[in-house]
Amino acid sequence: MHLTSEEERILKGEEGYGRQKAMEILTVLGDIYGAERLIPISSAQIAGVSYTSLGDEGIEWLESLQDCRVTVPAMLNPASIDLENWREMGISYDYACKQLKIIDLYRQLGVKPVCSCTPYLVGLVPRFGEHIAWSESSAVCYANSVLGARTNREGGPSALASAIVGKTPEYGYHLDEQRRATILIDVNVKLETLSDYSAMGYWVGKIVSSGVPYFRGLKPRLNEELKALGAGLGTAGSIALYHVENVTPEYHRALNGQIEKLNFTDKDLREVYCDYFKPVDEPVDLVALGCPHMSLMEFEEAAKLLKNRRVKKGCKLWLFTSIAVKSLAEKCGFLDIIRRAGGEVYVDCCMALAPLRSLGVENVAVDSAKAAFYTHLLAHVNVFFGNIKSCIYAITEG
Amino acid sequence: MRTIIKCRRISGGYGEGYALVSPEPISFFGQIDRATGVVCDEKHPLYGESIAGKVLVFHSGRGSTVGSYVIYGLAKRGKAPSAMICMEAEPIVAVGAVIAGIPMVDRPEKNVFRNGVFVKVYADRGLVEVLD
Repeated sequence: MHLTSEEERILKGEEGYGRQKAMEILTVLGDIYGAERLIPISSAQIAGVSYTSLGDEGIEWLESLQDCRVTVPAMLNPASIDLENWREMGISYDYACKQLKIIDLYRQLGVKPVCSCTPYLVGLVPRFGEHIAWSESSAVCYANSVLGARTNREGGPSALASAIVGKTPEYGYHLDEQRRATILIDVNVKLETLSDYSAMGYWVGKIVSSGVPYFRGLKPRLNEELKALGAGLGTAGSIALYHVENVTPEYHRALNGQIEKLNFTDKDLREVYCDYFKPVDEPVDLVALGCPHMSLMEFEEAAKLLKNRRVKKGCKLWLFTSIAVKSLAEKCGFLDIIRRAGGEVYVDCCMALAPLRSLGVENVAVDSAKAAFYTHLLAHVNVFFGNIKSCIYAITEG
Repeated sequence: MRTIIKCRRISGGYGEGYALVSPEPISFFGQIDRATGVVCDEKHPLYGESIAGKVLVFHSGRGSTVGSYVIYGLAKRGKAPSAMICMEAEPIVAVGAVIAGIPMVDRPEKNVFRNGVFVKVYADRGLVEVLD
């Protein structure tokens, strides 16, 4: 990889240890992937936040970097606990201290302590064509596909290194030729709910695994539908970019020559609900919504469904979002309705990372295929997958 | 016998030790005990072996990107390999080697590595010396 004289200087350590290590990470990645140079980025979104995954080693690594600062706007992935209301979640003091320490170290590096998988809903909004270095797989999909920004699926260390240097190696989805469609998906079923979009994303991700799907026959009404679609795609496979005909900004230059075609039918949709996962038809003790983090519109829908209903005794309803969307939902009056019904709203964190088992939770219903996959895998609980209405009605009475 | 093998530099420095060859990829997150450097996954062929101080030879890393931090932690505790040789580097192990300061190379031109041979890794020069 070709380095400028300034980049060489950083690599030699003339601007300190932190910047040197960051530059080493970027040059090694560039060499592995055959990048020719580093290119400037406009923002970073950094994984490696939860204490469960980072551990004490991660804390030591962040401490070692304290002689430098990030040079572009940067936000964080969700943590494993609500950073303010962790006591209500049943989290131990010792665990919370470690988690808060991690957030504090990032803050000292200049990273904004906004922990969300939907940074594009809370002020980190790249423009069309801008290069960025983001980590969280659903946010990566949204930024690439819906906003037309350009990012690979960064790991925690590489996203942080990019934030410090302000650059990323030019390979993968930063290049035009890697953004062309590799498979055509003909959608032959009307998708009704966000969970339908999520289910289709999961199905395509599982079959295609990697590459760039191009959807035809899809008529999304809401950005939330595209957010759900991308989350599903990024979960079952390593998909980071998709196109929707007549909808997403790069669809018109995505098709180039003959590509393989798949049909998505009603039968496939039902297969995701009933065979990949289990439908919501058994008793559950927790409903968790907000994977990816809920938008204001999703709060409105939840509030509508919860009006004049009440969470049954022994059951819990948890809603996950960013701190900014929570305050807006409060202003709009949605939270009053949700709280009156017995729901609890948690911010800055991810349901799949919460220690559900130790909180006595065994059976969880979710409206997101991504949540169904990771909650089962990471929290070791039984998981049921259905639309938001079936989830809410499973634990409430009117 | 002394064999010199050309490789590609991934993370600089010099390291030496007895080779520990893994026939399977390694996920540092989950398959290596974070405190001791011992392979702790019963399903892994190296189960029970310590990677500390060895020249670890394996095809590539796999699994969660958190693996990079595990490598860093092992180095901090003196339980990391003295060098690593991958057939094909991928970001998790490569980034782990960089932040931990462990010499690492990949794409050796010949694969003559067996358990117990003594290996010297000159990562800066992209060379490995095998003493058999």
